Amino acid sequence: MERILFGDNQFFGINHASEEKARAQAMRFRNAEAMIEVLDSAHEAGIKVFMCTTHAKVAEITDHVRAHPSRYSDFSFYPCMPYAHKYANAMAEHGPLDALKEMLPPTGAMAALMKGGMSLASMNVEGLAQLLIDAEMKMFRGLNTPVIFLQNVVTDLLLGIGFYEAFNIFARHVKSRYGAEPGFITMNLPALLDALEQAGIENPIVCATVNKAGFRMPGGLAAYESALKNRQFRPVAMSVLASGAIQPKEAIEYVCKLPKVESIVFGASSRQNIVETKRLIDELSA
Amino acid sequence: MGIRLGLVGLGKMGVSHLAIANSHPDVDVLGVCDSNPVLLSALRKNTKFHCYQNPVEMIETEKLDAVIVSTPSRFHADLVRTAIDHNLHIFCEKPFCLDPQQGKLLAAEARQRALVGQVGYHLRFVGTFLKARQLVQSGCIGRIHHIRAEAYGPVVLRSRGTTWRGHRSEGGGCLYDYASHAIDAVNFIYDAPDAVSGTIARSVFSRDVEDEAYATLIYDSGATGQLAVNWSDESQRKMSVKVTVWGSNGKISVDRQELQIYIRQAVDGYREGWHLENITQLTEPISYYLRGEEYTAQFDHFVRCMEGRDECRSSFDTAAQTDNVIQMLHDDAEAGGRIRQRQEAEHVNVRPTFFESLKSRVTSRG
Repeated sequence: MERILFGDNQFFGINHASEEKARAQAMRFRNAEAMIEVLDSAHEAGIKVFMCTTHAKVAEITDHVRAHPSRYSDFSFYPCMPYAHKYANAMAEHGPLDALKEMLPPTGAMAALMKGGMSLASMNVEGLAQLLIDAEMKMFRGLNTPVIFLQNVVTDLLLGIGFYEAFNIFARHVKSRYGAEPGFITMNLPALLDALEQAGIENPIVCATVNKAGFRMPGGLAAYESALKNRQFRPVAMSVLASGAIQPKEAIEYVCKLPKVESIVFGASSRQNIVETKRLIDELSA
Repeated sequence: MGIRLGLVGLGKMGVSHLAIANSHPDVDVLGVCDSNPVLLSALRKNTKFHCYQNPVEMIETEKLDAVIVSTPSRFHADLVRTAIDHNLHIFCEKPFCLDPQQGKLLAAEARQRALVGQVGYHLRFVGTFLKARQLVQSGCIGRIHHIRAEAYGPVVLRSRGTTWRGHRSEGGGCLYDYASHAIDAVNFIYDAPDAVSGTIARSVFSRDVEDEAYATLIYDSGATGQLAVNWSDESQRKMSVKVTVWGSNGKISVDRQELQIYIRQAVDGYREGWHLENITQLTEPISYYLRGEEYTAQFDHFVRCMEGRDECRSSFDTAAQTDNVIQMLHDDAEAGGRIRQRQEAEHVNVRPTFFESLKSRVTSRG
């Protein structure tokens, strides 16, 4: 994995510190051009990975990248699926089963199955999951996607209800169909590592909140530090700045000193912040 | 063996509560119950939960101590009644009961039997809202004279929608499903209004229910309030609730992320002027995270209440008060609608036609 991954929260009006800032960002990034401009700044600064949700707007970015293959020849995407609000809103509007139907492609295998009189009821979870993953991956066709992540809301839900086999279903399909490494985003690192071990997934890529403030680290900072020290996995650190609760230098120094952390994902909206954060990570990782 | 718990209703909130409850060290989730056989069969195959389609069968077979009710709102009252009859502690999703009288009775009965009855108003467990309540209740911003509560979000964005959220009789509509959060936040931070007036509740896209509602809240204390709720607001990424309180010594504005405080005269460690407090400083650590700390915090609180270690912060009683305000708003909106219809009818009757007015002007000139 690359050491530095560029995140996408800033593009979608997600800000854990302020609704006003979130709205200002949503306005600034209302079209794909504004996002591409920032992404290009990150690319120019030497960041080669965009770790992004499968939000409909990302499809415009992937179209752009496909249209300029030489410019982005060294550029990869780490897709994170699914974009959860899409499912949550569909579930509130249609109920759980019809929501699933909404999410599946209107043409192709699923449509054929439905027409053939097959209902969701008779489908197994694995078959359904494969169709959903394929639907989410469509926007990345022809692009480099060496790691594919399961979003934290799904990872942590499966963790919570104890459906660990689902992690294997995801991992198998991502490997066999896309030749990619499976990754798991979580807000519950210590508990997820136990679950992945039980599921038999060895040395997994796990993206988790890691910051000096202990912000959004259930189980506590000490449990996280111990997991980083003692467990066998490939950590990606997110929320390292804890929504601005820690000064950048202090925040990055802390994460860079931790054992094992392979990659750090961060998002920023200005060229200056991107360059500065990249410089700090490079400097403090040395 | 921990608290023996079951869950009825595997919708969006139900599945989320299931994961949170199942991660709690003091709780054993034994059974889940839903009317949908497809969901049940997926859970039966892939999890350890015992699956039921009949809640009474689940309660009796699993010898439950407590139950989570997360069904569509119209089933809440009957299920809570059944659970009380079986002496279970109950966590019920919001709104509590569609009929506030029934809600009050159930609240009284649960209290009488020393059962914990909690309702899922999760804003009561968000650090910023909790702090806002403390500041208002302690008199920090003086005598309260006005409170404004707003809730906006993207739930109904077109005239489709086939679920219970689109039917008034089933607890659909933004007053039950969305305004309830804003109203409960007002009740929590300041107090429940004694009367309401000028309520407008109308559809933007829905066929049968209101998508937006606006009203004036009236307090015996002399304070007033305004409520503005719209669940057809696509500019919001998700539900956003904001409460602003004006007092004789300042103002507080609170949402899920931030608490903005303006103090006129220094009080309780707050100097005069602006203060900004952020959710990152106001959040207590939790043991499992799904969709927001407050969901775990409210369930953890429910467990602490069952263990006798805490007093319920979002009880059947406070939720019944919120139901009551919703009922007042519905009644006021309907009464206002009738008055407007009558006025319009009278207006049509008395309005002279063009020729009548011309004639009267001509004749009056003599």
